[in-house]
Amino acid sequence: MPKVDVNVLIGGEAGAGVLVAGVILAKTCIRSGFYAFIMNEYPSLIRGGHVWCSIRICDRKVYSQRYSVDIMVALNDATLKRHKTRLRDKGIIIIDDEKAHSFPDKVQIIRVPLSKITRELGGRPVMRNSVAIGAVVALLSLDIQVLNQVIRDVFKERAVELNIKLARRGYEYILKQSKGKSSSFSLPTLSYKLTRNLLLTGNDAIALGAIKAGMRFFAAYPMTPASPILHFLAAVQKEHNLVVLQPESEIAAINMVIGAAYAGARAMTATSGGGFSLMVEALGQAAMTETPVVIVVAQRPGPSTGLPTYTAQGDLRFVLHASQGEFPRVIIAPGDVSEAFYLTIEAFNIAEKFQVPVILLTDKHLAESYMTIKEFDDSKIRIDRGELITGSYEKDEPYKRYKITETGISPRAVPGTLYAIVKANTSEHDEYGIGTTVSSKVKIMVDKRFRKIKYLKEYIKKWANPVKTYGEGDILLITWGSPKGAILEAMRDLNKKGIKTKLIQVIFLEPFPVEILKDILKNYRKIILIENNKTALLNTLFNQYLHLDIKDKLLKYDGRPFYPYEIIRKVMSVIK
Amino acid sequence: MKLQTSVKKTWCPGCGNYAILSAFIAAMQELNIRPEKIVIVSGIGCHGRMSDYLNVNSFHTIHGRVIPLATGIKLANPELTVVGFSGDGDAYSIGIGHLPHAARRNINITLIVHNNQVFGLTTGQYTPTSPKGFRSRSSPYGSLEEPLNPLLLALASGATFVARGFAGDVSHLKILIKEAINHKGFAILDVLQPCVTYYNTYQYYRERVYKLEDHDPTDFYQAIKKALEWNDRIPIGIFYKIQRETLDEHVKTSLISVPTTGVNIKKLYERFK
Repeated sequence: MPKVDVNVLIGGEAGAGVLVAGVILAKTCIRSGFYAFIMNEYPSLIRGGHVWCSIRICDRKVYSQRYSVDIMVALNDATLKRHKTRLRDKGIIIIDDEKAHSFPDKVQIIRVPLSKITRELGGRPVMRNSVAIGAVVALLSLDIQVLNQVIRDVFKERAVELNIKLARRGYEYILKQSKGKSSSFSLPTLSYKLTRNLLLTGNDAIALGAIKAGMRFFAAYPMTPASPILHFLAAVQKEHNLVVLQPESEIAAINMVIGAAYAGARAMTATSGGGFSLMVEALGQAAMTETPVVIVVAQRPGPSTGLPTYTAQGDLRFVLHASQGEFPRVIIAPGDVSEAFYLTIEAFNIAEKFQVPVILLTDKHLAESYMTIKEFDDSKIRIDRGELITGSYEKDEPYKRYKITETGISPRAVPGTLYAIVKANTSEHDEYGIGTTVSSKVKIMVDKRFRKIKYLKEYIKKWANPVKTYGEGDILLITWGSPKGAILEAMRDLNKKGIKTKLIQVIFLEPFPVEILKDILKNYRKIILIENNKTALLNTLFNQYLHLDIKDKLLKYDGRPFYPYEIIRKVMSVIK
Repeated sequence: MKLQTSVKKTWCPGCGNYAILSAFIAAMQELNIRPEKIVIVSGIGCHGRMSDYLNVNSFHTIHGRVIPLATGIKLANPELTVVGFSGDGDAYSIGIGHLPHAARRNINITLIVHNNQVFGLTTGQYTPTSPKGFRSRSSPYGSLEEPLNPLLLALASGATFVARGFAGDVSHLKILIKEAINHKGFAILDVLQPCVTYYNTYQYYRERVYKLEDHDPTDFYQAIKKALEWNDRIPIGIFYKIQRETLDEHVKTSLISVPTTGVNIKKLYERFK
């Protein structure tokens, strides 16, 4: 069977339903047994402006978008103008036949009367995308019945039958034109049964992970690219007994979350760099009061408003150092959708077990790109709430919220527990939580908080992978977060060229996994750092902890994620 | 359990905070609330030490964040009685962004504001409630700003319980605290509190305050009218009190428990297929 790898790009004006069309196409492919990856790009506005998404379809797990395009659906001129150089030879462009365009050579133009068909059937102009999807499904030789069902499931009651009719017209138009001859991008019919894989974004995975982890309280102020977490949790709050709140600001959000966590609920907030800037003071509050909170920081390019709807990894040092004073914190950077799910659960476990703030550091590319994955494995899931006291406190000595212990972790009673008075304090405090300035007491308490780190490191090593490696080879590719996907795809292609590379993905950025990395970095010929930022922030940590300054760097800071070809090109130039 | 800790008090002798502390303790005793079932949240300022002096659950938070902290606690466990202590700097300056929202949400918490019209802990600067012309270390030529009327703001924002007390009248203050805690909804109690060191207003208030009588606390316009009264006569008492759905009513049980093996999310998968 030939390997399937088809890339479809859909572009149009903002408000034209580009992403919905992409999701419908991807789901149709997934239900036909394939894997899809969607990346999307949109400006920060609601109507007008150019929006596009690419749907890469493979017959194996696919980790990232691809640059070259096989089928392009151009719902506007801008799509052609901006993306025509991405078309492969023999690529297909689907355009509305009412509009004139200039075209690249060596591509096949299929004029489908999208607007005309839509008008004829009484659809609104935005429904052109259904006709176009029908046409693409025909070009891919997929079963129209599968598409119909996806449309039913996605649109629910909203004009389902009309959209199905429109899609069928697009589908039939292509069949009629091709006179039974299948297109060069025709997908094989897979022999196995339709799979029920999931099409998820990083945001979806974090929201699902949080629910799975037993999170009961979520407060967040809308901010791209983290808002979809708020939307999803708000939608399912009733069936899962969650409190989901959109407070007046990020300051209110994080303080509510800290309040809820102090009261004993698993609690989380989600934001981007700007919102996190407002949360910084309260991050220190969570640390000082040893209140377990999980904060999702989905990065976008800064400084300031920056590029609100694009991707970046520029906030690593910021989250690492945010807030005054010194305190233990945990920073976890999932690299794909699956990791986002499992690490969210682990984030709650670590936060509660060690009573520290945990930051899940993602970026727009991970947060909003869709990947196809299997249903999550329940047997891999563990809930660890640490030493939690509820109901009634039974010991003879009075309860001490900040009891000095060998591990630095004090048993945590929630307020409402009988015979326990639970005093949290942002001022330096004694074991009871009463404010103190006595030098000996201060030192003891600072040391107690920092004593946790040793046990924290052991715990992370036992229950999570602070560093993951992929492949074998003496050319090391080092990254963190979302570039992982494009790197894995690049490694496949490099492998075919006989170039063996090994990916080192740093997942826990704090505490930094020094010993593990030392071990991994013993043997290599070349080492290349890959990050979505200007100043190679991960390299600064390698400088600091490993006294290693990586010279070969691939850095991208135009708001766009890496394409595999860029990584291949870099590797080729380094080993040349 | 005794309601006070053994911590030595460090407020200035004669500070209005003592009166508020005493009134609160008396109110708690009369309400017969177990110390384990109440949480107090205090902010930054002289009032913040309430949490050290009271032997009840407490969260001494950062500057200005008493309201969101208390909101989170109440929503996570609606069975707890949640009382916030805040100062005029804390609640009306840095933290004022939270006040109208708590009022319109009608979260069932009580906010007691130690309003001494001056920043005491930072050694005497003007606050949003300092009178115009107020001379302080940060306004040596007299403040140029009109003071804020917190009761008016609370009323305009939809607060369902709005009251003012005076630290010079502990027994009256105790009644107001009890009423505020018993009120189902967001209750704000602004307390006129002299600062003996930076702005001693005992005499000023003693000459002017009077208790609201023949006042219908369900009449919004009457409440507004009384809230505007700040001259030779300054009213104290309950300005406004109505019943309205509270935010925490929607939380049926405490959110504390979490299944040890995780929540079943299989049904949620459907939307991603």
